[in-house]
Formats: sequence, structure tokens, C-alpha cells
Amino acid sequence: MSSARDITAAVNPPRATFLDWPLGHTSGRPGEASLNRTILRAALEAFGRIDLPGTIVDLGVPWADDDDWKDRVMRPRPKVAGDAAVVDDRVERWPTPQYQSGADATAAAARHAGQDCAVCAGIDY
Amino acid sequence: MADRQPPVRYIDRTRQQYEALGYESYAWVHESDPPAFTPLRKPIAESRLGLVASGGVYAAGQTAFTFKDDTTYRAIPTDVDTAELRATHFAYDLTDARADINCVFPLDGLRGLVVEGAVGELAPAFLTCMGGIYSARRVREELAPAIVQRCLDDGVEALLLVPV
Repeated sequence: MSSARDITAAVNPPRATFLDWPLGHTSGRPGEASLNRTILRAALEAFGRIDLPGTIVDLGVPWADDDDWKDRVMRPRPKVAGDAAVVDDRVERWPTPQYQSGADATAAAARHAGQDCAVCAGIDY
Repeated sequence: MADRQPPVRYIDRTRQQYEALGYESYAWVHESDPPAFTPLRKPIAESRLGLVASGGVYAAGQTAFTFKDDTTYRAIPTDVDTAELRATHFAYDLTDARADINCVFPLDGLRGLVVEGAVGELAPAFLTCMGGIYSARRVREELAPAIVQRCLDDGVEALLLVPV
């Protein structure tokens, strides 16, 4: 499943479906279980049907009534109107675990202190 | 009629963004060889389905991913309570994924498809990792082989990839 058609075409996987939605919604919209299941069903039907390697099937479900959201994707904004310098709004690539909450960090620390985690693979504790 | 645009060209926009910021272009992977293609041995409705998602999903109690070339993965038991799932990532808006993890990790929907008979069964665990790993070599040499081995160990017969 993909929401970035050009990147998927560059990677060239054996089978793919494309949903023309903003990144962060590769497999659904929040709270729309029925629509999400319909999309999954379509993706898996394509999985069984594609017989030409490299095929990308467009699932054809629009995100909104118009495509204005695409105008706001990765468009550099000037720091000052008319100035050449642009705002760098990328997130810092921190080299430490980035928890959704402090409670998650505490829970992970407690579990790993007991060395009973069998599901975090490939990590040196 | 609504004004429709072609799909966003993320590779071009990344290049434009990097140029505007004064950085060199990112070297995207381009696979020109035909992809390996393994026909399904049996219908999805009779297969054990695995899932690999690169949206930075972890379960409460697991170690979260870092934002810098993290090539580890997490195994999320497919009987997990989805309220226990979290999302962390540096390259997409997390708002909707944190409101409903199914936006990037479709566990509830796939459970439903098992019930309705469209999927045979789910693997004992779905696997998650980070996207945005800048080293394609490390993905190829570290992350991908570990994921493939885990899928083979878990008897996965068809694998759904959900990148972000």
C-alpha cells in the first residue's frame, strides 16, 4: 500500500496499490472503520489479482472534495516575505528513543529493567 | 467538478526543499531491474498474512524508535489492544495516527477481514519500523534481512507493506 506514487514507482515493488491521500494515512482515516476496511479489502484483492510485476493499482478513493491539500506539501516558506532564505521546519533527527509520552518512557524502562521484553528486536540494552 | 491534481511528486519536492535550504539532493533508491515476483501459492482468504509498517509504531512498554537511522524493528502481537499502540516519527503529521493507529497500522481492519473470511489468518505478530532511514545500505543489510527472517519464522505466506 502506498500514498507516495513516485517513491513507490522508484522502489519498484512486485505489487502495489496507491491511495492518493496525505502521508500519514497509508491505510486509513481516523475513526472511519468501514471505509478503512473497504480500502484494505481492495488492496488485498489487488494483491491476489496482479500478475504483472511492478503493477501499481490506483484504488481511486479521493481524500477530499478537492486536491488543495497537495499545494501545502513540502513547500518551502520564506523566513521573511520576499526573502530568499526559507524556514527549515523539518523535525530534528534525535538519536534517542522518541516516546509519544513520558508514561511510555517509564513503562519501557520498567519492562526492560526486568529484561523480560521479547518483542523489541535488535536493540542493545 | 472538483479541481483534481496529479499525485504529489515527493522526490521532486524533497529535492526542491533541500535546494532551498542549501543542502545536497537526497539520493533516492531507484530500482530499474524487474522486481522479484512470487505467485501466491493460495488465495489470501486461505493464507497467513503478515504486515510490515514503517510509521514508527510501538506498543506501550516497548522501546520507542529513534529518529536517526534506527534499523531495529518491533514485533506487535496481533492480539494486542490497539489502544496500547503509539506512533512516533519525524517525517509525517502524527495527529491522525495518534487518534487512530489504523491510519498507519491497519490491525483492526485486518482482524475484521479475518472474521469475514477475506483473510485466512493473521501472523502471530505484525512488524513495525521507522521510515526515513537515510542509509539504503543499512536497510538492505540490517533491517530487511531481520524482517524477512522473522516473517519466515512466523510462517507468513503473504506480506502486506504499509510504508509512510
